[in-house]
Formats: sequence, C-alpha cells, structure tokens
Amino acid sequence: MTVFSLNETLLLAVLLFVVGLAGILVRRNLLFMLMSLDIMLNAAALVFVAAGAKWHDASGQVMFLMILALAAVETAVGLAVILRLHASGRPTLDADSGNLLRG
Amino acid sequence: MAEILLSLVVVIPLAASVILFLSAGRLSGFLIGAIACGAISLSAIFSAILAGLLHSQLSPSLHVFFWEWMRTADFSTGIGFTLDPLSLVMILIVTWVGLLIHLYATRYMAGDPGLARFFGCMTLFVASMLLLVLSSDLLCMFIGWEGVGLCSYLLIGFWYTEPANLAAARKAFIITRVGDAAMLCGLLLLATEASSLQVDTLLQTVTAAKISQSALTFSTLLILVGTLAKSAQLPFQSWLPDAMAGPTPTSALIHAATMVTAGIYLIARLHVLFTATPLVLTIMAVVGTLTLFLAACNALVQSDLKRILAWSTVSQLGYMFLALGTGLWQVALFHLMTHAFFKALLFLCAGAIITRVHHEQDIFRMGGLFRTMPGIALAFLAGATSLAGFPLLTAGFYSKELILSSVWNASFFLAPDLILSGHVFWVVALAGAFLTSLYISRCFLLVFMGKAKTHESGQTPLLMAIPLGCLSFLALFGGMMEMPDALAHVHLFTEMVDPAHALPSADEPLWLLLVGGGIPVLGALLAWIFWGQRNPVLHETSDEPAPPQTSQPVPILAACLLPLFRIPSWLGRYDFPARLSKGVSILINGMNTFALQFRACIFMNVSHQTLMTLRQGNLLMAYTQNGRVRWYAAWIAGGLCASLALAGLT
Amino acid sequence: MHILALTSACISILGAFMVITRRVAVHAVLYLVVTLLALACVLALLGAPFAAALEVIIYAGAIMVLFVFVIMMLNLGKPDRDRETEWLRPRAWVGPAALASILGMELLFGLRTLSGTGITFQITPREVGLSLFGPYVLMVELASFLLLTGLVTAFHIGRHWPGEH
Repeated sequence: MTVFSLNETLLLAVLLFVVGLAGILVRRNLLFMLMSLDIMLNAAALVFVAAGAKWHDASGQVMFLMILALAAVETAVGLAVILRLHASGRPTLDADSGNLLRG
Repeated sequence: MAEILLSLVVVIPLAASVILFLSAGRLSGFLIGAIACGAISLSAIFSAILAGLLHSQLSPSLHVFFWEWMRTADFSTGIGFTLDPLSLVMILIVTWVGLLIHLYATRYMAGDPGLARFFGCMTLFVASMLLLVLSSDLLCMFIGWEGVGLCSYLLIGFWYTEPANLAAARKAFIITRVGDAAMLCGLLLLATEASSLQVDTLLQTVTAAKISQSALTFSTLLILVGTLAKSAQLPFQSWLPDAMAGPTPTSALIHAATMVTAGIYLIARLHVLFTATPLVLTIMAVVGTLTLFLAACNALVQSDLKRILAWSTVSQLGYMFLALGTGLWQVALFHLMTHAFFKALLFLCAGAIITRVHHEQDIFRMGGLFRTMPGIALAFLAGATSLAGFPLLTAGFYSKELILSSVWNASFFLAPDLILSGHVFWVVALAGAFLTSLYISRCFLLVFMGKAKTHESGQTPLLMAIPLGCLSFLALFGGMMEMPDALAHVHLFTEMVDPAHALPSADEPLWLLLVGGGIPVLGALLAWIFWGQRNPVLHETSDEPAPPQTSQPVPILAACLLPLFRIPSWLGRYDFPARLSKGVSILINGMNTFALQFRACIFMNVSHQTLMTLRQGNLLMAYTQNGRVRWYAAWIAGGLCASLALAGLT
Repeated sequence: MHILALTSACISILGAFMVITRRVAVHAVLYLVVTLLALACVLALLGAPFAAALEVIIYAGAIMVLFVFVIMMLNLGKPDRDRETEWLRPRAWVGPAALASILGMELLFGLRTLSGTGITFQITPREVGLSLFGPYVLMVELASFLLLTGLVTAFHIGRHWPGEH
C-alpha cells in the first residue's frame, strides 16, 4: 500500500500550513482566524502521523491525539472569548480592535 | 539525629507559614503570633543544638541529601543541605535575630486585620533565607533566593491600599529581578562549564583549574551583578530606601537578617571562585567603596528616620563588599553579624519611637525624646554607637576595625602589571566611617536631644522592650570575640568560621588602630558642634513649618554624657565656628559655582542626550508592541522565514 | 500515485483555500468540514485508520458543531458580509500572502533533501492504545488536565453575568 511517500505527505502538510498561516495574517474576523488556526494544527498533526507511519511507531498517532485535544480546548476557549466579546456589545469581531484590554 | 534537626530548621518555619496562609482569618491574633514565634524559636533552638553538635564533632561539616532533582547525561542536581561553620553562623543570625524581630512584631502589629498574612510572609521569608543558606546546590539555593525576593515584595507592599507602597514593592521586585536574571545566566554558564552546581564539586573543579579562565570570570561577574542587586549596591541601590514602605519589623528583617545579607553570604560561600578571578574582586571592592561613601553622604541629608537607617544599611553593605573584595570573606561575615545586631536594634527602636510619636518620621519634628523614653533612647544609643564604631565599647568597632586593617594590607589586581594598593580604599573607607558617625550622631541628637516638638504617648510594651534589650546587649558585646592584635589576641570568630585558614596576622602600625578608633569620635564631636548645642550651628529646616517653640530646660545629661563633649561647647563660647565660617563660606561659594557650572555643562547635556535616545528607542519598541494579534503572528512568521533562510543558506 | 490519494490531497488544499477566502462564516465552516474529511482520507491512506476515524468524529463532528453553534448565536447578517468584503481587499492580501508563500518556498526547499520512499506500514488502534497507556500515560493525564482547564475556562468566560447588556 504505497500510496503516499513521506515527501508527498510533507508537501501536502506544508501547503496546508501556509494556507492556514495566510488565513491568520489576512483575516481580521476572529472566527476566521480560529478556523485558519485549526487548519495549521491539522497540518502539524499530519506530519506527526506521516512520520509515525514512516518509522512504524505508534508515537505519531499519540501525538495526533494530543494535538486533537489541544485543538478542542483551543477552539472551545476561543469561541467562548468570541461569544463574550459579542455579548459585551462589540459590533464586529475585529481582532485589531481588541488591543485595549477592555471588555 | 543531626540530619533530622537540620531539615527541621527549614521545615518548621515553612510549615508555620503554610498554616498561617491557609488559616484564612480563622485564627485569633494571639494564636497567630504564637504559631509564628513558636516556629521561629523552635528553629532557633534547633540551630543552637546543631551548633553544639557541630562543635563537638570532629568533622567540620554536615551533609544531608534528600533527593535528586533532575539528571541528564552531563548535568545533575539534587536537593540537599550542607552545614558548615559558614552556614552555621548564618542560620544562627537568621533564626535568633529573626526570633527577636518576630517577638517584637507580635506586639507591634497586634490588631492589624492582615496579621495572618503578615506572619505567614515573615515565616516564609525566614524559611526561604534558611533554604538559601543551607542549600548545598546552587540551583536549590536559587529557589531560596527567589523566595526571599518574593517575600520582600509581599511584605513591602503589605499595606496594599496605599499606591506608594505598591510602587515601592514593585520597584524592589523589578530591580532585584534584573540582578536575578544576570545571576541565573551566571549559574547556567557555570553549570555548562562545570557540569554540576553542587557547591563542593564546583569548588573542586575550580581548584583543579578545569574551567577556562574567561568563562569563570564571566560567570563570577554575572553572579556578582546578581548579588549587587540583592544587596542594594551601587547601580541597584535605590530600591532599599523605598522598601521602608513596609511595616517596621519587615524593614528590620530585610536589613538585618534576611534578603540583603544573601548577596554577601553567596559570595562568601563561593569565595574560591572569586579568588580565582582577581579582576572581579577588584570590581567588587570598587563598587563597595563607592557605595559606602555615597550612601553615607546620602544618609547625611535625609530627614526621615527610617530612610537614614536604610541608607546606612546600604553603606554598611558597601563595607562588606569591600571586605569581600580583599578576599577575606571571614571579615565580611563578621561585620555582617555585628551589623545584623545593631541594625535590627536601630530599626526596632525606630519602630517603637514612631509608634509613640503618632507615626511621625521626620527627625526635625521630633526632639527631646530622651526624657520621655529613656529606655529606648539608651537602646538607640547602643545601636548608634555600634554603627558608628565607637572604640572598645561596641561591636561595630571590632568588625569595622578588622575591615579597615584588612583593606590597608590588601592589594587589588587590575592588570598583570598593575596592582592597586589598598591604601586608597582605606582612606575612602575611613571617610565613610567619619560620615557614618556624623549622620548617626546627627540623627540621635535631633531625635533625643533639644527641644521637644511632638506629643508622645503610651508605653512601650514589655514584649517590644525585651528584644530591644537583647539586641542592645548583642550590639555592645557581640563583637568581643574578635579583637585586633594590638588589644588582645582573641580570634574566636575567624577561627570558628574557617579553622584551616587563620587571618594573616599583619604587624600593622598602632596608629592605624588609633585612627580607626578616633575617627568615629571625631565625627560625633562634629555632629555635637553642628546640631547638639543649645543653639545649633546648623539650622536645618524641614519642609513643614516648625511647631511653636516652647521653653525647655537644657539637656543636662547630654552635656555631661562625655567629658569630651565639653570641648565643643567651650569652643562655642568663643564663637569659633562663626568666625571660621566667613573664610569657609567664600570657599564653599566658589566651589558651589564651579559645581553648578560643571553640572550644567556636562551632566545636563549627557542626561538630556540619554533621555532623548531612550525615548526614541522606547517609541520604536512600543510600535512593535501594538497589541494586534495578526501583527505578532506576522512577526513570528517573518522570524521563521529569516531563520529558515539562514539555515538553508549556511 | 493512487488517484484517490491525489484527489483527497487536492480537495483538502482547495478546501483550506476556500475557508480563508469566504465572506460568510457558515460557508467557511462547510468548506472546513470538507477539508477535514479529505484529510481523514489522507490519514487512512497513510495507514492510520484510527487517526482518520478520530478526525471525522471529533474534528469534523464535535469541533465543527461548536463553530456552527457559535455562528448561530452571533446572529450575523448582511452588514457583516459587506464588512468582510471590505476587509478582503487586495491591499490586505498582498503582504501576508507574500510572507506565507516565502515560508512555503523555504519549507519546500528544505524538503528537497528528504528521501522519497513509500510508506508501507499500517498502525492499528491496538498499538496506539498500548503506547498511549504505556509510556505516554503521563501525557494522557496532562491532556486531561488541559481539557479540564479548557472546560473551566470556557464555562467561566462564557457565563452570562448579571447586569450586562
């Protein structure tokens, strides 16, 4: 079952990572930034799984699980922050206006 | 047995602080004081027992190893305690002086709503200091080092509703943090070079010259910066006088037993490293000398009682650094001990005075307090004469004399063919001693003599008086265990601390001793001429208008205190200072004009330029810190790009 | 290369690109789900069926549902869409896109040197479970701490405080 070589997987991961990074840098909406962050995390997880498959080690998938847990927590907290910002009367979810340390 | 006692010395105050922090207001004030004092007294008793055990045993030191902290291929570190004469002296000072301060504080702080928090911090302070002193590993010691910094922050900002106190606490924390960063760098450098931070292995490695000289110099320099910040020496001196914002027992603890002495102790502990790097020793001596002189000058012009004492601490720590710079760490440790006695005494006296006169701290608005509180005045006199180093009678004389004579004999390394004689340092140190005597006599005369300007009330409670009595005794007679050769051949202290290396008994001329003893008396005489007479020569004004004067009888006791004091009054009858002052005033005016011109030309310009540069830099830095997440992410990505490009190109 | 592998890889990259260019949040979420499903295919083809299943269940299932809920509660409308259009002008694109592409180039440049041998092993869930609760048991505990912290934080931040508009 030699469908993917390590190199091709890494290529895919790099492309995903770069797209996610561009998303974070371009979008001002916090919601889109969170989604881009998830894309980047997925790219990193993909590298772990590919490396685990290459050297036949279960550690890669263990790391994948850890990244999954991290992503879940990050999304939950990030979305809670978004809800909070929205509830406190902020009309837009502009990340650039959130630099005043005020709710 | 001894191992258990040694760990209990640290664990008991720590346990007390945990209990007090967790009590959350459920304990009564009496119980809180009892827990804190009980813990410290147990610790003190155990350390006394340990002193006996160590004295009776043949082995010079005692090691306890608890557990291994971390281990990698080429570095390992563990948690363990070492008790040798050096740490023994320190734990005796910390626990016994700490105990007296705690006893005093139970009465001083009674009724404060944050009593449990206060005593929790105080016991934690003592526990951290004991950990610092006893640790056999520098990384473990660093825990205590940081703990001491944390506790000082908590205690200086104890009355946290006052913004000024918080500012002082932050200042102390941040300034010592600068030094801690340098210190950590030094420790890590040592760790990578010597692959261990165990003090014993480190000293062996250095003795066997397994570390390159440049690395050793660099790491000792970094450690020196850390100790300078902790001990409030020259570039970092400004936090200590501001630390007066805390309660007075805290000040006493910071100045006498814990915190500022940590730097001295660390250098004494690592003296082998420092003697291997003579250039760092010279830097240490220069910094110490400058500090002792400048701090003494500063103390001379303060009007706040606690601030005078704070600056005098900075000055005395400068003496200790000077002594360490000569390479004779025993001498510094001796002065540390006597300083702990008389400075704790002075602070506790100051606390008692300030409580009695309704929280007035300006010495120009006190006066004539000798009649109303003679006991405290005598205790303060004991501390003041000891600080000034009055000959024969006081502890401060013996330790300061030892420092002066060792500085006279020392020589300082600058470059391979450039050796600096110790005589220069001796002259400055002597001038510092003169100023010390002058400012503390001024303080005493203004507070206790002259006309009464305040309405004091109340009595000093017994629980506060007992520590004062004990400390007075120690401040007067605690220095008798080490005497100059010219007086008597007593070297108990240095023989106990370091039996292997006795002090080099130099055949110094007798006039050195006489000068060293005479200078403090001279300073006191000058202070008497300036401030002590019925109509003081120098009229200093405080910021507030003086209260209406009332006719008071002449301070008889002050006039008869010493027969020597009659000379200035006799001189005063002939209006000597006034006639003298005409010539002097012309001279002073000229110098003043010159100094003003000089300052306008050079200093203003330099400071202005520095300010402008810093402001521009600050704007530039602030521009990068605009709080925009996307901007930060772009910086991260840019940095990643740059480092990848660098890695790809090389 | 397998045609399925090529398709799923292309779909995932295309989906990711669509996620970051959409103006309506719900559309972006749908594209993200597509991306994640395609990635799950990739993972399965890499010989990690367990990871693929988790990707579908947890990522495309649970986390995306969170997104959908939050978008529902935010009550976004036409003004938001117009604002997104305004924020997505070419001027805002150029710099970040250039930076990201430079980074991508550099990473690809670094990939050149790696060997291109195929991957033949398959790692079963049994192996993952054994190493998860064997040498990595402390890490599992830490992850549980992390999840607990996230739970508490999300609950605390998202709470409705009285006296708030």
